[in-house]
Amino acid sequence: MSVVSAPVPRQPATRAVLRRGLRVIWGGIRVERRPFALAVVGSVLWAAATVGTAGAIGWLTDAVIEPAVGRRSVSAADLWAIFGLLALVLAVNVVGVILRRVYATVAGFNLQARYRRGVTRQYLRLPLAWHHRHPSGQLLSNAHADVEATWQVFNPLPMAIGVIFMLLIAGGMMILVDPFLAFIGLLVFPGLFAANLVFQRAMSPRITRAQELRAEVAQVAHESFEAALVVKSMGREDEEADRFRTRTLELRDSLVEVGRTRGTFEPVIEAIPTLGTLAVLGVGTWQVAQGDLDAAQVVQMAYLFSILAFPVRALGWVLAEIPRSVVGYDRVQHVLTARGGLEFGEGRARRDGGPAASRLDGVTYRHEGEEEPALHAVDLVVPAGSTTALVGPTGSGKSTLTNLALRLVDVEGGAVTLDGADVRDLGKGEIPAVATLVPQQTFLFDDTVRNNVTLGADASDESVWAALRVAQAEGFVRALPGGLDAMIGERGGMLSGGQRQRVALARAVWRRPRLLVLDDATSAVDPSVEQAILAGLREASDGMTVLVVAYRMATITLADQVVYLEHGRVLDRGTHAELVDRCRGYADLVHAYAREAAERAAVERSEEEAR
Amino acid sequence: MSTEHHDPTSSRIGAQSELGTLATLRRGLELSPELRRGLLVTVVLAVVATLGRVIIPFVVQQVTDNGILASGGPDIAFVARAIGGAAVVVALTSVAQYFVNVRLFTSAESGLATLRMTAFRHIHDLSVLTQSTERRGSLVSRVTSDVDTISMFVQFGGLMLLISTAQIMLATVLMLVYSPLLALVVYLCFVPLVFLIRRFQPMLGRAYGVVRERVGDLLGAVSESIVGAVTIRAYGVEERTAERIDKAIEEHRAAAIRAQVRSVMAFVSGQAFAGLTTAVVLVVGTVLATRGDLSLGQLLAFLFLVNLFTQPVLMATEILNEMQNAVAGWRRVIGVVDTQADVSDPGAEGVHQERGPITVDFEDVSYAYPDGPTVLEEVTLRLEPHTRVAVVGETGSGKTTLAKLLTRLMDPSGGRVLLDGVDLRDIAFASLRRRVVLVPQEGFLFDEDLAENIRFGRPEASDDDLALAVTELGLDAWVDGLPHGLATRVGQRGESLSAGERQLVAIARAYLADPDLLVLDEATSAVDPSTEVRVQRALEGLTRGRTSVAIAHRLSTAEAADLVVVVDRGRVVELGRHADLVGRGGVYSRMHASWSSQQGSDVVAP
Repeated sequence: MSVVSAPVPRQPATRAVLRRGLRVIWGGIRVERRPFALAVVGSVLWAAATVGTAGAIGWLTDAVIEPAVGRRSVSAADLWAIFGLLALVLAVNVVGVILRRVYATVAGFNLQARYRRGVTRQYLRLPLAWHHRHPSGQLLSNAHADVEATWQVFNPLPMAIGVIFMLLIAGGMMILVDPFLAFIGLLVFPGLFAANLVFQRAMSPRITRAQELRAEVAQVAHESFEAALVVKSMGREDEEADRFRTRTLELRDSLVEVGRTRGTFEPVIEAIPTLGTLAVLGVGTWQVAQGDLDAAQVVQMAYLFSILAFPVRALGWVLAEIPRSVVGYDRVQHVLTARGGLEFGEGRARRDGGPAASRLDGVTYRHEGEEEPALHAVDLVVPAGSTTALVGPTGSGKSTLTNLALRLVDVEGGAVTLDGADVRDLGKGEIPAVATLVPQQTFLFDDTVRNNVTLGADASDESVWAALRVAQAEGFVRALPGGLDAMIGERGGMLSGGQRQRVALARAVWRRPRLLVLDDATSAVDPSVEQAILAGLREASDGMTVLVVAYRMATITLADQVVYLEHGRVLDRGTHAELVDRCRGYADLVHAYAREAAERAAVERSEEEAR
Repeated sequence: MSTEHHDPTSSRIGAQSELGTLATLRRGLELSPELRRGLLVTVVLAVVATLGRVIIPFVVQQVTDNGILASGGPDIAFVARAIGGAAVVVALTSVAQYFVNVRLFTSAESGLATLRMTAFRHIHDLSVLTQSTERRGSLVSRVTSDVDTISMFVQFGGLMLLISTAQIMLATVLMLVYSPLLALVVYLCFVPLVFLIRRFQPMLGRAYGVVRERVGDLLGAVSESIVGAVTIRAYGVEERTAERIDKAIEEHRAAAIRAQVRSVMAFVSGQAFAGLTTAVVLVVGTVLATRGDLSLGQLLAFLFLVNLFTQPVLMATEILNEMQNAVAGWRRVIGVVDTQADVSDPGAEGVHQERGPITVDFEDVSYAYPDGPTVLEEVTLRLEPHTRVAVVGETGSGKTTLAKLLTRLMDPSGGRVLLDGVDLRDIAFASLRRRVVLVPQEGFLFDEDLAENIRFGRPEASDDDLALAVTELGLDAWVDGLPHGLATRVGQRGESLSAGERQLVAIARAYLADPDLLVLDEATSAVDPSTEVRVQRALEGLTRGRTSVAIAHRLSTAEAADLVVVVDRGRVVELGRHADLVGRGGVYSRMHASWSSQQGSDVVAP
């Protein structure tokens, strides 16, 4: 299995953030073409109406009001003309604003939803090793805060496009009035551009840091809340609060830094057009004095500039959002472009209902970043219909072996087969359809008991109850308010550890798998309950091959074959009796209990005698 | 977390506080005093900046009227002076604006950091019962994205609201001076807007509230795909999980758009009223002008004032929308901060006890979950110092509840639990947690190295203390066998270690914490026998010389105990030593018989 994923790239400050930002925006526009186009149409209407209002009032003053005042009488038609024209411009304006803002929102949130789907699809697809490398809080932050940061820019974007439209109209008009004066005025734009360049450079590293810290704050909170019970029972609330405080204050400082940069940029962006207006006035006056221009032209020019002063700020908003957008995009892209994961073949698994045979041939596996393989050239045959117990000390590779058998991870060397077919040749979903694992760490969904057992498949109540019965879960499920339809909370939080395990076991039993793999799946239930579960499994396991990681004698005695692992190697296999006889490590292990009990008894006896 | 299932309807975290908008703002300011700190100076600076912005158009006006269009040709000297003056004003305005921005960002982020920390700390102070009523992902959103929602408003919203109000008042006065009648017309035009805004505000508030909840759901759904990675792959339920996530994503998208559309409608109606007002003023003004009550110049000047008036009104409606968004986030944070911690620390007034041998008394202790079944009834029990106590009973008998009451993770609904004669509820947490430590079944491990995880028991412990603890518990061989010894990283939730190894860490933590009373919720996890032996040895090292109460899941613990407490259906039914109870023919001897029949098969002749 190859996992390729670079560390989250840190944007070098020198790279053109603006260009990359525009590319991100362009990508978004292409995806949400329709809503974006509607928003731009709205924005153009708004821009036209904004310029139009001033024009309309000017025209009405000249053509209607001034003559009326001169006549000292006004007709109803005149009044209707005034009201009607303004209402018309207003209507265009309102429609424009609604289109612009509603569709900008739609485009923005559509993009957010699309990227969230993409990111979470990756979470479901990427290999477990990738998950081990990335803290949950960070992944949550990628799916939420970073996606939001990327597409927030779509809120002010259409307005900025409207502004550009206004600038084009105004620029054209200025050039018509006087090219030289227009040139002086339009110098404003290189000014804005230069200011923006400086801003982007200063902003990018700060925003990058802020988004990282946001993720870290989420990570600390996530971990700490999951650890709530331990924190409370050890009285470590203060220390946890300190840990959170450190990150939160770092985030605060970083956001204040972001604010300082933004706070510097905004007044500059605002001042530049004003200074432009003043320059036009100054140069214009001089030109009038030279006789090159008449005064009215300068006044008109100044007016054109003054109506642009406010909208240009909207352009500033977009520019200010760009670094955040780029940083969010990079962080999201880190997830979206992570490669690796399992390739699937075309093969189909047999579904004849009979037990499956599983086999490992010379399997070697190494955990990521470790030199020593977790499994060395392991050969293992699990015949169809048999029960095989895996026994071995902690860290001997038992769980790894179960994961390989079901192809949750891929081998480094050797091959794993299911009914003679290499598991890598089977199609997606084929293995889960016939083979089932109950992992060491129980995971339940925040859903009903029924859905946790069936995982959403159609099922009769009776079949669900039957599975629960085998798993010794029927009793407590009946007592739940709602029975099968009782919600069991996040990760099954309303149930005890033992109850959660039994529901997870019922989930496996219900599927009637041809191969059932139990990785220490009854660890949290009382021994007497475990006994009953094993008895139930034995009855239900007709047509089922069972591979079980065993820690208790009761489980081991159930097996036809015992395989003893140590340090990632199979040291021996055979029946329990055979292994006890000839395998030293195995004998030591299974008798550790008995010896411990005997030692304790001996100590007690000697204590009694001493008294 | 809880052994007995229960109805979580009470002790629930306030999904959102029920406070109205104003009360929410007030409470929000109370929780983040930084938001108000230095506000006066900021307002003064903001007024300077605003004045600067108003002056510039005025100067431009003057330059054109009295400079360029001056009778007798352009007055260059005047224009130069005016432009120079204006440039200075622009510079001053920019500087003032810069300080306003920085001050606002600083106070807003400081205030929000305080709010995050308060909420975070309070979530830990809530009882385990209350904590378990909400998804962890959703709790996380209350200290992250809910708080982020507020930031936009507190950075600019509040201040702009103040300035807008000032500008509205200024414009009103000017309008009254120019033409009281037209001023009246303007106000009449805006009356319906006031009603409209009042109608829109609660609608918006609800819509934004829904968005916040959807964000919580979204994070909850996404976190399932992360934490449940193994199960999802093993069962091939990627598609179903994807559907669940997509549903949450879609609901969030829909809610967010719905809220935004409402906010656009609110804003647009303000704009429509502003436009209509201009039209009406122009109509009425024209009539007035033709009658000679107003000059044309005055009418046009008045239009400028109307603009001065409507601009801040529009700004205010926009900010009110943003405010509802912020209030929605605020409500959720306040909802958690104002949830009463039903198991609370008496704090400074609490008793601080001396360390030393400990005596525990249960006096008529009962426990019932809120609106739920009674799980413990009138338990009276004395635990002497230095005894090893084992509590046994079937799942659901109430034995875990006993442990939770003893460590004050919950308070009894009747009776008292006494520690050396003092009611647990009167003992300061600092003292209680020092003296009494619970080792839970599943000790949570942090994504750090082994040393840091053990040090969790006593953060100030030195490396030598740590090494000593490891040796005394007989764990040195195990630690040495790990790839990097104590510096081995354990992975998220300790996933790189086996269940048994995680137990070893939990025990080492408790050893380092060195409590007077140790409460062990015995891990049932069957681990491999050699680790099991390690665990048992370590446990013995841990319990030696202390009072210990073990919630026993295997009867070997009971066999070795000084006192066995047998719990059945919420009552203590038997009490005594193993040797005395085993032959009595009661609940204990039945349990023991079934257990030893299973253990029998363990003893196989070598």
